[in-house]
Amino acid sequence: MQIHDTPQLKAEARNLNFYYGEAKALKGINMPIYDKKVTALIGPSGCGKSTYLRSFNRMHDLYPGNRYEGEIRFFPDNTNLLSPEVDPIEVRMRVGMVFQKPNPFPKTIYENVAYGLRVRGENNRRVLDDKVEHALRGAAIWDEVKDRLQDMAPNLSGGQQQRLCIARALATDPELLLFDEPTSALDPIATGAIEELVHELKKRVTILIVTHNMQQAARVSDFTAYMYLGELIEFGKTDEIFIKPQDKRTEDYITGRMG
Amino acid sequence: MNHAMSANNPSELPVVSDRLSHKAMRHVSERIIEALLFAAAAVSVLTTVGIVYVLVSESVQFFQQVSIVDFLTDTQWTPLFDDAHFGIMVLISGTLVSSFVALIVAIPMGTIIAIYLSEFAHGKVREVAKPILELLGGIPTIVFGYFALLMVTPLLQKIFPELPGFSLLSAGLVMGIMIVPYIASLSEDAMRAVPMSLREGSYALGSTRLHTALHVVVPAAFSGLAASYILAISRAVGETMILAVAAGMQPNLTWNPMEPAATITSFIVQVALGDLPHGSIGYQTIFAAGLTLILITLMFNILGQWLRRKFRESY
Repeated sequence: MQIHDTPQLKAEARNLNFYYGEAKALKGINMPIYDKKVTALIGPSGCGKSTYLRSFNRMHDLYPGNRYEGEIRFFPDNTNLLSPEVDPIEVRMRVGMVFQKPNPFPKTIYENVAYGLRVRGENNRRVLDDKVEHALRGAAIWDEVKDRLQDMAPNLSGGQQQRLCIARALATDPELLLFDEPTSALDPIATGAIEELVHELKKRVTILIVTHNMQQAARVSDFTAYMYLGELIEFGKTDEIFIKPQDKRTEDYITGRMG
Repeated sequence: MNHAMSANNPSELPVVSDRLSHKAMRHVSERIIEALLFAAAAVSVLTTVGIVYVLVSESVQFFQQVSIVDFLTDTQWTPLFDDAHFGIMVLISGTLVSSFVALIVAIPMGTIIAIYLSEFAHGKVREVAKPILELLGGIPTIVFGYFALLMVTPLLQKIFPELPGFSLLSAGLVMGIMIVPYIASLSEDAMRAVPMSLREGSYALGSTRLHTALHVVVPAAFSGLAASYILAISRAVGETMILAVAAGMQPNLTWNPMEPAATITSFIVQVALGDLPHGSIGYQTIFAAGLTLILITLMFNILGQWLRRKFRESY
């Protein structure tokens, strides 16, 4: 699995274990995340890919009884995101997330995008206007909503809502953007728009995406990780994983013999 | 293949007729149940219609002797005196002032408790705290009334020495405490119904628990919160015993909570307890007052429905 033109590291999981109470959901994961690349996490349901993804922004801290072991190093500053001394809020200031089901807040389109900026204490109208427009353009939804920024966001269509959620995450300039099956609730056309967007976004931000759809992983990602029962089975460049997987289990999954 | 064969098999025909007779039986019992359910629903509707009919018909007789203009503009309420005056504003002022005091206590306190229980409290705290809170809602209001008269009024008199023994302030404060559990419980249900995905979206943007609660959960649950506030207003406007015991019963046109005053409800209690001949004007005043009370709560209910529809969120 030698990578020739090795890109810079953005993050790295080191011996990561995760427990929901007693149940061990992630088992000794070691994996690099490369800067300004798209890394796809694939694997059958319940394999731990969402659990792994949600470790990067400490989402598990919201619920009692969850426990991490090991490290997720975040570069260039080499912070361990999982360290108890690191405030999860600080982590989430740097790591954005887009969820499986679009979850716009019951606010206007404008206020949805401005939300993260306001959380960071930004209240200057001109700065907000600027950043909101920039984020909406970045999420390829500006042209559709520019004339109705004061409309309620939940009235948008599903695909628009999801792009709005992407804009919301982009507005705060995250270094790493997590996508948790972002197209599973969308129709094929909206899915295509999101995939195109992911491709565009990697110029600006590192992306980690969980997907059930192998064609999607093949289309959008530079690197792919195959997970099974909480373990990382195989990680590599997407073309290599899909063309000649090293592990029999990966091959079975990709060719559709399992999962 | 198998299906087609068994369907054509004549030996299975009796099964079909069996099922038909079952179906007929089911139909009959379904009709009986439907009739029972309809009867139950009809009883409550008819009761309401009956109440409104009695109130309106007695009030019509009342308004044949007292003009509506006098009723609404007179500044005295002395229906049982020789020089009778029928200015309902006197009673409305007492009702509104005491309700206002109660809501000033109950809405902030109830909402804060609901936010705490729904967004901050650990599961175990909530399991203990919520039943205790709801127990508070089960205390008879007469007990609250004596609590106001014998505990709260003397306490308030230490702060405001000029406060009389009966006051709208004392009764209103205690009425507010009585209403808190209703607001807290209903608001908490509304906030807990806000899907976790909305909270996660807010946390993922780096927001704190408090920021998430105030900026995402409360707006998302607002139609439920509004419903609980409206219920609280109806409770406050219709509350009787606390006011009858602790607010004094003398009619007094005032907007000052530090004074004693009668409310619509406490006036009705007072008159209903006396021996007034049927058909006398004094007797009819309670129906006019009752009708006014119903119109006030109806107004708030319509306002509440409107608020709910305006702020209904689909998540």
